Amino acid sequence: MNLTLRIWRQAGPDAAGSMTTYHVSGISPDMSFLEMLDTLNEELITRGDQPVAFDHDCREGICGACGMVINGQAHGPERTTTCQLHMRHFRDGDTIDVEPWRAAAFPVVKDLVVDRSAFDRIIGSGGYITAPTGSAPDAHATPVPKEAADTAFEHAECIGCGACVAACPNGSAMLFTSAKVVHLNVLPQGAPERASRVRNMVTAMDAEGFGGCTNTGECATACPKGIPLPSIAAMNREFLRAARG
Amino acid sequence: MSGDEVSTYLDYTLGEPVADTRAPAGPIEQRWDQRRFDAKLVNPANRRKHTVIVVGTGLAGGAAGATLAEQGYHVVQFCFQDSPRRAHSIAAQGGINAAKNYRNDGDSVRRLFYDTVKGGDFRARESNVHRLAQVSVEIIDQCVAQGVPFAREYGGLLDTRSFGGVQVSRTFYARGQTGQQLLLGAYQALSRQIAAGNVEMHPRTEMLDLLVVDGRARGIVARDLVTGEIRSYTADAVVLASGGYGNVFYLSTNAKNSNATAIWRAHRRGAYFANPCFTQIHPTCIPRSGEHQSKLTLMSESLRNDGRIWVPKAQGDTRPPAEIPEEERDYYLERIYPAFGNLVPRDIASRAAKNVCDEGRGVGPGGQGVYLDFADAIRRLGRDAVEAKYGNLFEMYERITAEDPYRVPMRIYPAIHYTMGGLWVDYDLQTTVPGLFAIGEANFSDHGANRLGASALMQGLADGYFVLPPTLNDYLARHPLPAVPADHPVLTETEAEVEDRLNLILAVDGDRTPDSFHRELGELLWDECGMARDEAGLRRALERIPRLREEFWRRIKVPGTGQELNQSLEKANRLVDYFELAELMCLDALHRAESCGGHFRTESQTPEGEAARRDEEFGYAAAWEFTGTGAAPVLHREALDFEYVHPTQRSYA
Repeated sequence: MNLTLRIWRQAGPDAAGSMTTYHVSGISPDMSFLEMLDTLNEELITRGDQPVAFDHDCREGICGACGMVINGQAHGPERTTTCQLHMRHFRDGDTIDVEPWRAAAFPVVKDLVVDRSAFDRIIGSGGYITAPTGSAPDAHATPVPKEAADTAFEHAECIGCGACVAACPNGSAMLFTSAKVVHLNVLPQGAPERASRVRNMVTAMDAEGFGGCTNTGECATACPKGIPLPSIAAMNREFLRAARG
Repeated sequence: MSGDEVSTYLDYTLGEPVADTRAPAGPIEQRWDQRRFDAKLVNPANRRKHTVIVVGTGLAGGAAGATLAEQGYHVVQFCFQDSPRRAHSIAAQGGINAAKNYRNDGDSVRRLFYDTVKGGDFRARESNVHRLAQVSVEIIDQCVAQGVPFAREYGGLLDTRSFGGVQVSRTFYARGQTGQQLLLGAYQALSRQIAAGNVEMHPRTEMLDLLVVDGRARGIVARDLVTGEIRSYTADAVVLASGGYGNVFYLSTNAKNSNATAIWRAHRRGAYFANPCFTQIHPTCIPRSGEHQSKLTLMSESLRNDGRIWVPKAQGDTRPPAEIPEEERDYYLERIYPAFGNLVPRDIASRAAKNVCDEGRGVGPGGQGVYLDFADAIRRLGRDAVEAKYGNLFEMYERITAEDPYRVPMRIYPAIHYTMGGLWVDYDLQTTVPGLFAIGEANFSDHGANRLGASALMQGLADGYFVLPPTLNDYLARHPLPAVPADHPVLTETEAEVEDRLNLILAVDGDRTPDSFHRELGELLWDECGMARDEAGLRRALERIPRLREEFWRRIKVPGTGQELNQSLEKANRLVDYFELAELMCLDALHRAESCGGHFRTESQTPEGEAARRDEEFGYAAAWEFTGTGAAPVLHREALDFEYVHPTQRSYA
């Protein structure tokens, strides 16, 4: 396959960026999107140009490091992570636009690399169960109904990639935050901190400069792990419950 | 350049033996209790005066950082990823072993200990392995308390499954994402400590050297990957939890940025490196699709519970699998190993796959694959049950290969997955540099020559949550550790060395990319030091690696500067360490003229083609001491005594 790429290049956080056009040829349909970018970068390095910087690590869709807006969609046309998007979903001769996550709370570091540390601070504000090492009772001391365990798992699948924020017209982190709130709040082990968790996490989310939720639903459509949209409603219920005391 | 100018080594010198002096004598069941009792404690009020550096935030590092901070220590922690949540532990799929015996199927601490020593082909230290089995039970309790959503039965109790190499059901799991869920548990505990100000977290910061002051590890030199700033961080002790070195092969199941630099720089500063040739090849990975392949993807070994592995009986049979009748298929694992069948340990399953492919019976492009077939399981259990168990793995397979494994058998092939070798540590997990500890995959301790499935997660969390904290306590309590002044010459000299090396790389301005060198090194290692090794091949590799290293310093090209985010520079800098490590791996494999576990020397096999150990000559762990780039290292042997599990030829037939 031969492709035209228009890629956002930005030297640093304070530098001006722009879309730059590149051509790549000999792309195999079995390549992942990142392997296609590897091919481009090998050419750029050989020419003495700076390769395109992008975050990536596991390349099997679980670490959440990679993420770029491809033709206007977070992680591109398939519902998966960028590393698991394969070139067979494009056609020979296509022009592909590649941009970083765009959100006020995710400043650009370089090219397609953004700073998602706001997510870490949201987790630090309450996205945990306080259980210091060594303090745990036997694992079978508290049975967890399978339904609750399955709901917790479904929400715990979030990989923290940030696609939900990138897809949202408001740059909201509601889906990310609600996934963790629901995961921990449905479990009996999470019950003691149920109210403070949701209050603190919502406060931290707002303080990081993420936008509000207007029920657009783009977040859940872009989520490579399928975190369900009702997760946000569940967090709102938890928040109201906590506010009532 | 003529060969004379490249320094190579094909030999080593034999040094003094090395021995663990920390495990107490006495019955093995009581040693860990006794060690904890003998350990000195640091007064809780004094703990905050101690700074501990932890490098890495995977299961071992995340668990250690959180636990040490909970105990009151000031922790300074590093990861090269943008967030501690992305450490490669996150990609572990299958599960975590624990001797809970919730199934009442005859499991016990003793049996887990026995299985691990046997699975490791009698090349691990009994005391360490027994402690791992003891601690396994507490790990599950800890993780459940943190909210890790393990799979559960309808009664609300935890589900378990069986895994390769064992006959009990002791593996706890969270669908095919167990590593992710355990890591997020540790990450959340760590995040709580970061928010509380007890852990000073440095993401996107890579350790590039170790600071050794007056014979003790007192800090690290690290580079801020965004600004390029190189600076020293001092502490009272340093814990390396930086993972394994499988990426030396370029193609592996490791994350792209996992690397050996932290442990290799520590090795250069005096920490012995043990059993570097003990690498694990995972039998169930997706075969490579072409030259562009940047990494290999593992399919959880749990698939072998229900999938049946086969190849056509005839060589060069290119019919689609559905057209090959039952009687023309060779379910070779079931045929050769009737007792364990498709659940034999990883090294045996991998080698068997290589053998059938070498015979010309492999399937898929290039004949480098075997079928993993779920047709029987789908008939027996129904598609829904299979989907509930393995749905996400099937999806992942289809996404990568564009084939539907519900209808067409998967194709799998072995790939580098895990490294049992690592920094030599004693029972306290301390390296040969006082004050430097290594935990998780970074050390060599518990898996001998082969790791059993679902035991990496167990070891990482055991080390981080339960083993390291009391032994580190003892070290801090026993030694006076005066503050290291910021202008100490060791700091300025080490920083300068780190900076010089980066500048040298940038100055070459040659014509080859870091990846092109890495691919070449990886192919060389895979061919000569992969699934099967022999003397001639290892000698070839030991001749070629130094030449490749020399070529690197003439031809490497890294655009940009060191004062910015420069991913090519990161890669090239890691490669410098890979060249030296690869050489040591080949030397270790050459010197160990026996087969054991994942190390298969073709010269040493039974008449049936199984690995033949030579216990009298090689019943030891090989701990190597660095003497210089391209210089012959010194071998220190740690004799391994087996008081409880008597070495036998492993048999899974």
